[in-house]
Amino acid sequence: MSDNSHLAAFVRTEEAPSLPPPSSAAGPIKWMRDNLFATPANAVLTIVAVLVIYKVLSGILPWMLAGVWDSPSLAACREILDGKSAACFAVLTERWNQLIFGFKYPVDLYWRPAIVLILFFAAAAPVLFFDLPRKLLVITALFPFIAYWLIWGGSVSTPILAFAGVVVGYLVYSRFVAQNFAIGFFGGVAAALIFWGIGGAVLPDSTIAEGAMRSVPSRDLGGFMLNMMLGVTCVSLSVPIGIALALGRQSSMPLIKYVCVVFIEFVRGVPLITLLFVASVMLAYFFPPDATVDLFLRVVIMITLFSAAYIAEVIRGGLAALPTGQYEAADSLGLDYAQAMRLIILPQALKISIPGIVNVAVGLFKDTTLVSVISMFDLVGMIRGPILASAEWNGVYWELFGCAALLFFVVCYGISQYSQWLERRLATDHR
Amino acid sequence: MTTLTDPPKASFRLTMLLNDTRYRSLTLQAIAALALALSIWYLGSNVAKNLAAQGLNIDFEFLGAPAGYDINQRLIEYTSQSSNLSAAIVGILNTLLVAFLACITATIFGVLAGVLRLSNNWLVSKLMAFYVEIFRNVPVLIWIIIIFTIMTAVLPGPRAFRGDEPEASMLFEAFAFTNRGIYTPLPYFTNGFGGALDLLLVLVLLVGSFFGTRYMNARATRIQEQTGQRPATLLTNLAIWFGPLIVVFVVLGLAFEMPELKGFNFKGGIKIGGPLIALWFALSIYTGAFIAENVRAGIQAVSKGQTEAASALGLRSGRVMSLVVLPQALRVIIPPLISQYLNITKNSSLAIAVGYADVTATLGGITLNQTGRAIECVVLLMLFYLIISIGISLFMNIYNNAVKLKER
Repeated sequence: MSDNSHLAAFVRTEEAPSLPPPSSAAGPIKWMRDNLFATPANAVLTIVAVLVIYKVLSGILPWMLAGVWDSPSLAACREILDGKSAACFAVLTERWNQLIFGFKYPVDLYWRPAIVLILFFAAAAPVLFFDLPRKLLVITALFPFIAYWLIWGGSVSTPILAFAGVVVGYLVYSRFVAQNFAIGFFGGVAAALIFWGIGGAVLPDSTIAEGAMRSVPSRDLGGFMLNMMLGVTCVSLSVPIGIALALGRQSSMPLIKYVCVVFIEFVRGVPLITLLFVASVMLAYFFPPDATVDLFLRVVIMITLFSAAYIAEVIRGGLAALPTGQYEAADSLGLDYAQAMRLIILPQALKISIPGIVNVAVGLFKDTTLVSVISMFDLVGMIRGPILASAEWNGVYWELFGCAALLFFVVCYGISQYSQWLERRLATDHR
Repeated sequence: MTTLTDPPKASFRLTMLLNDTRYRSLTLQAIAALALALSIWYLGSNVAKNLAAQGLNIDFEFLGAPAGYDINQRLIEYTSQSSNLSAAIVGILNTLLVAFLACITATIFGVLAGVLRLSNNWLVSKLMAFYVEIFRNVPVLIWIIIIFTIMTAVLPGPRAFRGDEPEASMLFEAFAFTNRGIYTPLPYFTNGFGGALDLLLVLVLLVGSFFGTRYMNARATRIQEQTGQRPATLLTNLAIWFGPLIVVFVVLGLAFEMPELKGFNFKGGIKIGGPLIALWFALSIYTGAFIAENVRAGIQAVSKGQTEAASALGLRSGRVMSLVVLPQALRVIIPPLISQYLNITKNSSLAIAVGYADVTATLGGITLNQTGRAIECVVLLMLFYLIISIGISLFMNIYNNAVKLKER
């Protein structure tokens, strides 16, 4: 090897500084080439999509931005708009309270459901986010009773008695559960029932007036509040029933298994609306002749049964997804059925089923709008009934239904995002 | 060392009913049976007492009585003098009609949106994600009402088509979009044999063409396997499909009855009522969003290695899709797709919100209110939906067994 460097006129001794890539291979242009105009067909798709977006936005945006937020009626709103085509959002500001609380809930009592909503967030937080201190679960335990008292009003002794009964039942349960789950569970239920029976008989009527708030009958509930109440109540009641049904369907005892199968398949085979017909026209026949069960409670019963069947199927999927080894391991440790289920099987099966349960919950919350068909005034019922029928706002469709769609979208989308977060959070497999 | 001994012959004690696994399940089932019987007896006796108190009984004779109300949208002959039973049958046919139409369009929307959501095109996939999220998260009842409102508020009334310079005009002089519904031409035969026979003839032809093309394709495959060359089948297949059909149409004299503006409304042609269109479109676009998610999940479930392996074998992209990806994706897509069809059928009961006369609106609505036979009507209604769902789930089980991965 000979050194030829003296022959060359110039030799670069250090590396040249690297140049930025050409503008067509970097930055937004490259991104657009890759993601919007990769092939001719893709370019056509992009152009069509842009056109669609432009069409939709050019229709909606001016209409929304020029909207009128303050006017007493549609006629006045049209006068303000003076022939222009724009939204009359004034109906929302004017009737906001009716949309949320219904048209019969006493106006001076709106603060009560408002407090319940705030409490609901506090009560739901420790259930939804496991990192919060466990002591917050006290609020969750107290919430149903406080919420009942605040929304319906009436004597404070009713929710206190109910709560005390639950406490008594829980004490009995925790005393006996170590011995045998069945004794603990049924003992607890029996103790609570006995406590309520005695308490209801002992409490004289005079105390009921004391500490009473003005009571609001169920038929005065309405608006989005009614949707929320139905959704929350029915989902939380149907999870335990769904677990019981799913376990029953897996049972080796033929009678219990077939009762559960028939129930689940029956409920899943009919539309919710027929079950609501049952609640509104048929269920009253099944109660004792002198009992008056109000429509709200009947609807809660039917929707709970409906969602319990769906949740049972989701949980059955979770149970089936567990490897048989888990069941055998529980057996070989000498655990009995209740212990195996409580300590080994259900914690894992429920974890797998959470996304499915949340899906059912979202679907159920959307389906609560169906109660408007049996003339309950939920959000959709309010819009179709009192608001559109009123002289002031007859003919305002887009603003009202858009608002209803937006309310539902915010809640349902929020729940599904939470479910995805939870799924990632609970994922224990290594990827 | 272990010794085998006979278990001691224990005499039967009462506690063994609960503590001995041999007897426990029997005990529990006996208790459950007792509880079940008691609650059925309790509910039944309540029903009997309540019915007696109101002077009612369970009786299905009302089905034979004249219904006394008119139904706009009907597929069979029906007048207000017809029986409640035929009103229910009109309703059942209407339910099946809207469910069938919505299943087809929902599948089209769903497959399109699901495939486009996986597209490399950022804008299109985001747009489809937006569509899916918007429609999945808002109740279908609100969509049905919104679309019905669009129908009635945006489309012109029949009077807009009148005059020398009408505000609205018919599409191709054949289709009229009005706020009362869509009017389309009605095909009929000028020298046919009469209604049903002609339809039967066309149907037989179509079935024959189907099997004809199947035979041609099988023959092409056989030749391909023997010689390596696949004969072109496209033209012969097209001829088999359309040749006989065109001959029959010419011989029988196919003609169209055009909708025409007479008086205040359109007459002639086929009228597709506004409620039907609103329900159909709302159900398809709502369920389409769910189907899109199923389709996306199904396609993503086929691992990328399968596509790569197929291309490594030298298959073109079309055949990769039809021979490798789709058969595997369909196994994942079809079961949830069928349960979406079931959901469409059940959700079609929301017809009552826009006044479409499906079975819930006739049997569970007007008939129930007029006759006051709540228990009978609701039971019949549930029975109808149950039969449909059980039928569909039976079909689904058969399909699942057919496409199940055959393992050792």
